[in-house]
Amino acid sequence: MKIAVLSGKGGTGKTLVSVNLAAVADKGGYFDCDVEEPNGHLFLKPSLIGEEEVTSLKPVVDMDRCDGCKVCVTACVYKALAYIPGELMIFDEICHACGLCTYLCPQQALKETKRVIGTIRRGERGSLSVHTGKMRIGESTGVPIIKKLLKKLDDDLSIIDSPPGSGCLVLETIEHADYCLLVAEPTMFGAQNLALVHELTRVMNKPAGVLLNKVEDGLNPSELYAKEHDLKILASLPYDSYAALESSNAELLVERSEKYRTFFLELLKEVVDEATLAAQR
Amino acid sequence: MKQLLLLSGKGGTGKTTVATCLIQLSQAKAYADCDVDAPNLHLVLGTFENHSTKPYYDLPKAVIDPDLCTECGLCHQVCRFDAITRNPYQVIPHLCEGCTYCAHVCPSEAITLEETVAGTIELHTRGDETFSTATLKMGSGTTGLLVTEVKKQIKDKAKFAILDGSPGIGCPVIASLTGVDLALMVAEPSLSGISDLQRVIQSARQLHVPACVIVNKSDVNEELTGRIRRYCNEESIPFLGTIPYDKEAIAAINSGQSLLERGGPASEAIRAIHHKVMKELEAL
Repeated sequence: MKIAVLSGKGGTGKTLVSVNLAAVADKGGYFDCDVEEPNGHLFLKPSLIGEEEVTSLKPVVDMDRCDGCKVCVTACVYKALAYIPGELMIFDEICHACGLCTYLCPQQALKETKRVIGTIRRGERGSLSVHTGKMRIGESTGVPIIKKLLKKLDDDLSIIDSPPGSGCLVLETIEHADYCLLVAEPTMFGAQNLALVHELTRVMNKPAGVLLNKVEDGLNPSELYAKEHDLKILASLPYDSYAALESSNAELLVERSEKYRTFFLELLKEVVDEATLAAQR
Repeated sequence: MKQLLLLSGKGGTGKTTVATCLIQLSQAKAYADCDVDAPNLHLVLGTFENHSTKPYYDLPKAVIDPDLCTECGLCHQVCRFDAITRNPYQVIPHLCEGCTYCAHVCPSEAITLEETVAGTIELHTRGDETFSTATLKMGSGTTGLLVTEVKKQIKDKAKFAILDGSPGIGCPVIASLTGVDLALMVAEPSLSGISDLQRVIQSARQLHVPACVIVNKSDVNEELTGRIRRYCNEESIPFLGTIPYDKEAIAAINSGQSLLERGGPASEAIRAIHHKVMKELEAL
C-alpha cells in the first residue's frame, strides 16, 4: 500500500502529516521525495544504515580528437554544449544526460562519465525504514534521485512525502502511489493549489482524499472546493499554536500528545481503508 | 531594470503575501509570478484592464508512426527516460524529454518530433502596470523554461520589478534567480525552515545573486528566529526584520483584500521591511 502525500502549495503540512503517519504506523517505509528540501529526517531522527550517491552521466570531450564540426552543439536541444575555437564547452547542470552527443560525434571525441547529482540515505526508526533523497545544490532536476529512491518501494505500507507543486517531480512521485492524500490550507491560495493537484491526480487516474489543515474559524475555501468537486474530506486539523511550536522544533506530535496520537492513528486507518476500497473498484 | 525576487526554500512561508505588499508599497510598475507550478499572485492583485495570452510550447516530443515502425526496438534501447514502451512501440509523452536520440537511431524514419502546448503565458496590464504570469498544463514538466518566458515579458518594462518565486531550489528557482539583482528570502522559524533557507541561500550564491533575509511568523518560535538572525550575522547576510503571526494575513487572502488595507501587526512589520529592502536595492 503506497500513500503519496501531496499539496500543490508549499508549507501546508505535507511533511508534518507524513512523518506523523509513518511514526504511528511504526512499520513499512517513509520516503522523502522532496529532494530539493528534504526535512522528514529531522522529525523521525532515524539511525543511519547506509548512504549512496546518485549519479548521472555527463559527456566529456577529448580535444585531441574534436575537430570543431559542431554536430553535437547543433543536435543538443538543451543547449548544453557550445563551441569556441579550440574549446568545446559542456554545461553539466543543463545536460539531461540523454547520450545523443556522444552517439553522434563523428570523431568519437566524446565519452560519458559519471557525476554525482545527489545522495540517498537509508535509516531506521524502530521497525520503520526511513529513505531520504537529497539533491546537490545547483542541480536542475531531482527526478533521477526520486526514481532511485522509490526503487525500494515494496508492498508494505509506504508513506511518500512529495515535493510541492504539480510539475515533473510530483508526477514522478505519484506515478507509484495507490492513493493520494492531499493536504490543504484554509486560504484561497490553498484552494487554488488544491484544485491543481486534485486535477493532477485525476489525470494520473489516482484515487484521492483531502486533509484540511490549519483550520480556523471563518471561511475555508479548500473545504468549499472539496465539497463542490466530490473530493472526500478525510479529516480536519484546527490551527494549534502548541502543534506549530512542537513541529517548528521538529518534534513528532504523536509522541508529545495523546490527542494527536489518536488523531493520526485514526487518519492512518481511514487512509488505508479508502485506498483498499479504491483498489477493489 | 532592477529586479527583486522573493524566495524561501520552504513553501508556505509567506512569499506571495509579502510580494503583494511590496508591489503596493513600492508602486512597482512591473511584476511577475514565477511560481508557475502553483501560481497565486493573480488572486490578490485586483482586476486588470487588458489581457493577452499566448501558448507555451514545450520542447517537441517524439511521436512514432505505427505504419512506418518496423518494431526493431532501437528507440526503446537508447531512450534514457524510459519514455518508449514496447508492443506496441509508443511514446509516453510526460516522460519524453524531447532529446531526439530515438529519431536519430530509427532506421525507418518512423519517429518525428511534434510541438506540444505545455501551458499558457499571460500578460495583464492596467495603466502603466504590467503583470506577467503563466499556467502549466497538467502533466507537463519543463517549468524552468516557462519561468524564463514569464520573466522576458516584463523585461525593461519599468525601472524596477518584483518577482514572486517558487519553493525549492531546482530548475524553476535557478531560472528565476538568473539575472536578478537581489533575492529576498522569506524564512520561517522552524528547523525545517532553517535547513531550507540555508540551501536556497547557497543556490543564490552559486549564481552570484546577493540575498537578504526576513522571518515571517517570527513569534511561533522566538528562539529559532534568534538562531536565523545569528546565522545571517555570521554569514554577513542582511537581516531586514521579522513579521509576527497575524490572522489578518489569512483574512486578507480570503477576502481578496490587501493586508495593508486591513492593517494589523504583520502589515506594520512589512511597511518597515519595505524601506530596508529598497535601501538594499539602491545600495547595489
